Amino acid sequence: MSGLGSWAARRLLLGGAQTVAVVVLVFALTEALPGDAAVALAGDQPDPARIAAIREALDLDRPAYERLADWATGLLHADFGNSLTSGRPVSSYISDAFGPTLLLAGLTVALLVPVGVGLGVLAARYEGRFVDRLVSSVTLGVYAVPEFAFGVLLVTVFALRLDWLPPTAVGYGTDLLGHPAALVLPVLVLLSRPVCSLSRLVRAGMIDALASPYVAQARRYGIPGARVRYAHALPNAMAPAAQQLARTVDWLLCGVIVVEALFVIPGLGTVLMNAVAERDVPVVQGLAVIFGVITVVLNLGADLVAHRFAPRAEVAA
Amino acid sequence: MREYPGLRRRGFLAAASGVGALALVGCGGSDNDSGAGSGGGSDGKPRRGGRLRAAFAGGGASETLDPHLANLFADVARAKALFDKLADYGDDLSAEPRLASGWEPNAGLDRWKVTLRKAEFHDGKPVTAEDVLFSFRRIADPEKAFRAKASLEPIDLKASRAVDERTVEFVLKRPTAEFPNVLAAFGAYIVPDGTSDADFDKKPVGSGPFRFVSFAPGRSAVFRRNDAYWDGAPHLDELEFVVANEESARVNALLGGQVEYAHELNPTTARAHEGKGQIEIVRLRNSAMQAFAMKTDRPPFDDKRVREAFFLIADRQELIDGALSGAGVVGNDLFGKGYEYYADGLPQREQDLDRARSLLRKAGAEKLKVTLDTSAVAAGFTEAAGIFRDQAAKAGVTVEVKMGSKDSYWADILDSGTLCCYRSGAMPIESHISQRLLTDSTTNATKWHHKDFDALYQQAQSTKDETERAAVFGRMQRRLYAEGGFLVWGFADWIIGTARGVKGVERKAPANTLDWARFDKVWLA
Repeated sequence: MSGLGSWAARRLLLGGAQTVAVVVLVFALTEALPGDAAVALAGDQPDPARIAAIREALDLDRPAYERLADWATGLLHADFGNSLTSGRPVSSYISDAFGPTLLLAGLTVALLVPVGVGLGVLAARYEGRFVDRLVSSVTLGVYAVPEFAFGVLLVTVFALRLDWLPPTAVGYGTDLLGHPAALVLPVLVLLSRPVCSLSRLVRAGMIDALASPYVAQARRYGIPGARVRYAHALPNAMAPAAQQLARTVDWLLCGVIVVEALFVIPGLGTVLMNAVAERDVPVVQGLAVIFGVITVVLNLGADLVAHRFAPRAEVAA
Repeated sequence: MREYPGLRRRGFLAAASGVGALALVGCGGSDNDSGAGSGGGSDGKPRRGGRLRAAFAGGGASETLDPHLANLFADVARAKALFDKLADYGDDLSAEPRLASGWEPNAGLDRWKVTLRKAEFHDGKPVTAEDVLFSFRRIADPEKAFRAKASLEPIDLKASRAVDERTVEFVLKRPTAEFPNVLAAFGAYIVPDGTSDADFDKKPVGSGPFRFVSFAPGRSAVFRRNDAYWDGAPHLDELEFVVANEESARVNALLGGQVEYAHELNPTTARAHEGKGQIEIVRLRNSAMQAFAMKTDRPPFDDKRVREAFFLIADRQELIDGALSGAGVVGNDLFGKGYEYYADGLPQREQDLDRARSLLRKAGAEKLKVTLDTSAVAAGFTEAAGIFRDQAAKAGVTVEVKMGSKDSYWADILDSGTLCCYRSGAMPIESHISQRLLTDSTTNATKWHHKDFDALYQQAQSTKDETERAAVFGRMQRRLYAEGGFLVWGFADWIIGTARGVKGVERKAPANTLDWARFDKVWLA
């Protein structure tokens, strides 16, 4: 177990370094974009004197490395700095937007795991038969539809034609839990593609595992079919699926812009998009830190899970 | 301190650039005189009560209720619900008194006495001359970069003073016959003396038709009726602004009954729903000038024959149909169609490729190649660029379309390049000239630098008689029509959708004018 412990510590350290690299890279890329916050703020009134005044007041006339260093110093005290555009703390941007994102991600994952795994197991169990072909073709088909198109389709049918569900979450703000009906369509859209990829992975893993010698051996011992499937084959099939699941959760937590825009959900993706357009560097950096940490932690978690389910397999990076 | 107009990515043209205007008209509900809007006549008797939800494209988490920072349509709509200006623009962009009950210049037009009407802020304090001076000084603060600062530039705020509680004497740096336009300037709202920056986020106090209830930046703002409003209490009990940046989301929310008013819709959406009875479509004409700006100080456009040739290359109707999906009217190379002082007697310019070719030949500019800067910064820009490229090819001109970054577009095109897509929202013709066409204008994208033209502008501003002044503006416009740098090919409609029960929405006011997004005159039938 100490081997695992030091491995995890190394991974955490590496993750920290990766996050720092992400932040520096994001800072450099934002700086490299044409225009800065002053130009973006001046908008269609690009009076040079006004831009200069804004730039000075925002401290944008200082060298880039000084601004980065200042911000990094603040970060050591858990201070993400203030938005250039509004002067409000970046932490409030993140905390306000994290709720809706977390809620959507949580609901999606809560449904994704049983549905994705269930469909995968079902298809594997009836490999080559009608059920398998139905599940496989439907998942492949849905996977091919972009989220935006799928979302528009769902809104048109279920909200505008049938009037069963609200078309957007506009006006509900962060109180999405108070309006569960507004969450149905966004979660369906978010689920659509991950369910497909997850179930296909589980199906493939199960088929491999069910054909393996240890399953054959278990069968020869007379172990019941259900136990063979769920206690022996499924855990092995879950290892690759766990990696995929981590990527999906990462994708969900970093803000799914398309879904947020379509359903008017004020999550992290919306904040990021606005911040980049406004060249609001502190907000972009704050989000980069959060996204970096999420990615590192999730991947570490996925590796640990994979390790637990299938200890023989090498731990994937 | 951070005090800048938060520029939000979508719709940010609201400010100086055009907005369509929707005006809400109150017929009879109050004793105001704005009930003449075309929308009002058939809407019946206003009904009091209810809550209206209005969806706008917004500025995300950086939004503020500080009216001096207003930059987007959403900002302005919220600001005008909470605050008032001394004056505001009528349907023809002439200044109408609001908090000011009147104004009187001296003979030299450089001292103006402005009297205030009896009005109260939401905290019960009267609106006084000191509040006006405080507000203007805040906007003009040299440390800050408020948008209206440039508009207030003619005022010498050090010398201006409060004559009494309700009279302000403005001392100007030079004669300014159109001074009321300054009082109506975009963002020149009156706030109570001593208001601090933090007050606007927590509990903004204004004199406007609605009082503050709550505000969540980037999500919603809730206001309620101000029963003591000087222009008559609004019909609505409550007004909620919600932010939905995606046009499809605004339309869906409207169709699904989640909002009653959706601002800024696409022409294709309007066509799909117009006359179907599910929602009402309101088209606000003459709201956004659409143009190509030629830099007149550098080749090839330093030759006025080349500029005229370009005027003649444009097939304006094709540009309207293609770039604006038909939602607009053709332009005549002048800003401000339908506005006060607009030179509407000039013949409509039509495509004339033969003449264009011959002008180019005379200018020695055959086989001309130019780069047209464009960007997805405004609806129809990239489409207009593509269409114009094809039209120019017919006259033997090769236009290369270059896509620029949309976040820095306006700064990029100000000094560099030779030809670019341009657009502007509603403002008085005088403001358009002073901001863009004088030698010392700060945003002179056509590099129109002519001392005699500057002199004409000063002459107009020094002319007290309105007819004579109109004649001077006419002369200036004839010059621009003949050889100016703006190829104004059209004026886009601003499109708004409302639920069927929403009444009193003004249909004639271009955006940024008083009656656009004027929710105090709307009611729910």
